Parts: sequence; structure tokens; C-alpha cells
Amino acid sequence: MNKTNPKIMPVMMAPRARATDPIRLKAWHGAALAAFVVLVSIPAFAQADGARDSVFTALARWMPLLLKGFIFNVVISISAMAIGTLAGAALGLGQISLSSWVRKTSWFVTQFFRNAPWLVLLFFAMFLLPFELRIGGIIIPLPDYLKAIIGLSLPVMANVSEIVRGAVVSLPSGQWEAAESLAFTRTQVLWRIILPQCVKRMLPPWMNLYSILTMATVLASIVGVSEVMTLTGQVLAAEGGRTDLLLPIYSTVLLMFFIYCYPIARLTLRLEKKFAVKT
Amino acid sequence: MEAIYEWFRLLYDNTGINLPFIYDSYDRGRMISGFFMTVKLSVLCLVLSVIIGMAGAWLQNSPLKWTRRIVNGYIQLFRNTPPLVQLYFFYFAIGTMLPKVTNDWGGQEPILGGFAWAVISLSFFAGAYNVEIFRSGLEAVPDSTVEAAEALGFSRFHIYKDITLPLAIRVALPALNNNLVNLVKTTTLAYAIAVPEMLYEANQIWSDNVNVTEMMVFMLLVYFVLVGVLVWGMNRWERALKIPGFGA
Repeated sequence: MNKTNPKIMPVMMAPRARATDPIRLKAWHGAALAAFVVLVSIPAFAQADGARDSVFTALARWMPLLLKGFIFNVVISISAMAIGTLAGAALGLGQISLSSWVRKTSWFVTQFFRNAPWLVLLFFAMFLLPFELRIGGIIIPLPDYLKAIIGLSLPVMANVSEIVRGAVVSLPSGQWEAAESLAFTRTQVLWRIILPQCVKRMLPPWMNLYSILTMATVLASIVGVSEVMTLTGQVLAAEGGRTDLLLPIYSTVLLMFFIYCYPIARLTLRLEKKFAVKT
Repeated sequence: MEAIYEWFRLLYDNTGINLPFIYDSYDRGRMISGFFMTVKLSVLCLVLSVIIGMAGAWLQNSPLKWTRRIVNGYIQLFRNTPPLVQLYFFYFAIGTMLPKVTNDWGGQEPILGGFAWAVISLSFFAGAYNVEIFRSGLEAVPDSTVEAAEALGFSRFHIYKDITLPLAIRVALPALNNNLVNLVKTTTLAYAIAVPEMLYEANQIWSDNVNVTEMMVFMLLVYFVLVGVLVWGMNRWERALKIPGFGA
């Protein structure tokens, strides 16, 4: 060991980025993936007898329905993200509130919803929300998909809350002190100095969360919302339980999500690099 | 014990708070087996996914171009598709293509059941994240360390196993911690292919007793505790592995 300075171990230095980005998919990777899906469907294609149409015709026939289902998934994800972000931003600001009571409550709510599984929260919203709301004579119906959106926005809220708190805490305290010495009020400091700087830091994790949420929207199929996974099951049932269709159809659903989420992941990575704090 | 059961039965009679998994021996048995199923599922997936992560990180630095490409393809595919669809894909699409075996009663059953597919699918899902986590840890190990090891005649595998990986684990632990917590929460998905884990059993109980509220609150609390235990354990491990002079 180093005798002069026993506390510092000479083997490790600060993390640094590698020169080349090892995860870079090109267009042909997608083509290879599609080719793989086609390839695995070929034995199934060969099995199909004359009475039934081929896997490709069946796939082509159901594609519009599956795509419609997928668009519904995207709608659910965007709505849940919007609600979750608004609620989460409020909760996150609550976590840095000056009142210790507000701070502790927000912290607890955040931790509670962050540590609960998404599926459990979804069940929670599904079964515990009434099917309609009565507000002074006006009856607002709460259809299943609306409940699913609320159920999915709960974990999003908690995660956004942590993102907001993390971003605020990550700013150097000099920013706060400098702003205070210029006689800004706390509200002004927060809205005009701290939060604008946080947006940059919050964007990549926020986009990451969105992609996680999009992938979680299929959970709604378990509680009976007719999104892409439910429709997939129905399509398979309508085709009379053909086992040769299983692989191509599930691959198609996988591919849909991949095509939607992969660009988001790439963009997140790019933004992360662009916004990286130089040390 | 009987007195406690009796108390909960009274609680139900007097307040309407129905907790049959405490006072009813049948529901209690279901709940306990569900709990242990979740624990078993979580532990198996944790171990397998960490192994996949370590192996993947090793293969990612392989001198062979195609090995690297396949590993990267695997990571991107599993990170950008929903775990539930992956689970269905494995269970329904791949599971039905595998040969069937004859069980003790002469019936045909698939070679791998729901539990096995849940373990495989969830491990691969979490493993894809773990590979990335270990990679970022490996990047923190300076080249000079590797060069020194090479100069001492270590093989590539020995350098990875004895030098870079132990260092990388220490850097990667906080992120790994996060991912493993996520994995424990993702085990609830096994519900979808009827693996009798905790959420599944809870669903059975609330279907029989119509006590959704109580069961849901109980579920949230149990997962809260389960995740808490994991986080506590991981934090202890983190402290035990801490390199003096690094971090706060």
C-alpha cells in the first residue's frame, strides 16, 4: 500500500467516457431484426395447409387492428405522462419545501409510490376508483382506460418527483446563495434561477421515464383495457388458436414497441451527452 | 396464535375490515405460498440477471466484432420492448414450439412451465440493464490498471475476473441496486402467465372474499417491506465493498 497517503487507492480514477460509443444500431440492424421475424415465420408458413391462409396474409389482415391498438397505447402513455409530470412536479417541489411537514409528507408519498410495483398500483386504481363520479349532480363516467391512465400516472408522479428533487439538489448551492444575496425572494429564486437550469438536467431522465411508461402501458391489458396486448389475444382467438401464428404476432408487437422506443432511447443518450455537466 | 386469529375475526365482524389471510387457515396458506413464490422468483431472477450482466459485459469487450454486435442487439431489444410482451413472447410463442414431455399421469405438458419462463424472461430483461450497468463500471477502471495486469501476464479472462470486475462492481453498485429493486417489482408480471406469486394469490383471495381494498393496501405494504429489505441488504453490501477514499 501507499504509505504516504493510505486513503487513496491508486487503481481507480474518475469515470471517463470511452472514445467510441459501443451501442450504436444502424438502419440495417432493424432490417436484420425484421428479417429474423420473417425467417422464423417461414417454417410456420410451410406448415400452413391449403385451407388456412398463410401467416403473412393473416398478419396483413390484422395489422391495422394491431396498429390501432398500439396507437391507443401511445395515447395512454402520453396522457399518463402529462398527469404524472404535473403532479410529480408539484410533489417534487414539495420535497424541497421550507416547511418540514410538507417536505416529509411529499417524501413519504414519493417513496410509497416509487417502491410499489406498477402492476399493483394499476390494480389499485382499477378496483378502488368508482366507475363514475358524482360532483353536484353532474355524473362523470370513469371508463377503464381513464382509470388505467390514472393508475399509471401514480408511479410516474413519484418518479418525476424524484427527478425534480434530484435536479434541484444537483445545482451548486452557490446559485442559491448568489440569488439570495441579490435580494430575490424564494419564489423568484426557484422560478427564475433554479428551475430553468434544472430543465436541462431533468430532460434525459424524464424521457427515459417516458419510455419506461410506454412499455408499462401493456400492463393495462391485464386489467382489461383493450390496448395492443388485449387485441393480440383477441386476434389469436379469432384465428382459432393457430400455434403457427403465435411467434409472428408476438414478434410484431415486440417490434412495434422497439420501433417506437428505440429512437427515444437514442435521443435520450444524445441529450445526456450534450447536457453533460463539464467537470 | 388462536387469540390473534380470533381478534382479526372480531375486527371483521365489528369494523368490516376483512383480512382473511390472517384468520382463515386456507387463505393464510395461499398468502404464505404466494409470498415465498415471490421471494423465490425474485432471488432466482436477481442471481441470474447479475450473472447475465457479468457475462454480457465480458462479451461486450470481446475482440470479435460479431459477439459485440449480438450482445448490443440483445441489450437494445430487451431494453426497448415491454417486459410483459417479452414474457408473453417467451411463454406463448417460444413455449409452444418446444417439445412436450409426458408427466406422471400420462398427460402431455410443456417442458418448461410458467415459473421457469417467468424466471428466464425476467432475468433476460433485467440482465440487459445489468450489462449496461457493469459496462459503465468497467469504464471507470483506468486503462493503466489493465495494462499493468497484462504486463504481469494475466490472461484476458483473469484480468476481467480478478481485476476489472471487482473494481467495476463497486462503481456500479448504486445503479445495480436501483435495477434490482425494479426487478423485484417486475416479478408481479408473472401474474399474467398464472405463476402463483403474491399478487396472483391476493387476486384469488379478493375474488373469494370481495375485500379488494384491504388486499391492495396489504400488497402495497408487503412490496414496500420486500423492497426495503433488498435496499437495506444492498446498502450494507455497498458499505462493505466501499473503497476508502472514494465517494462521500
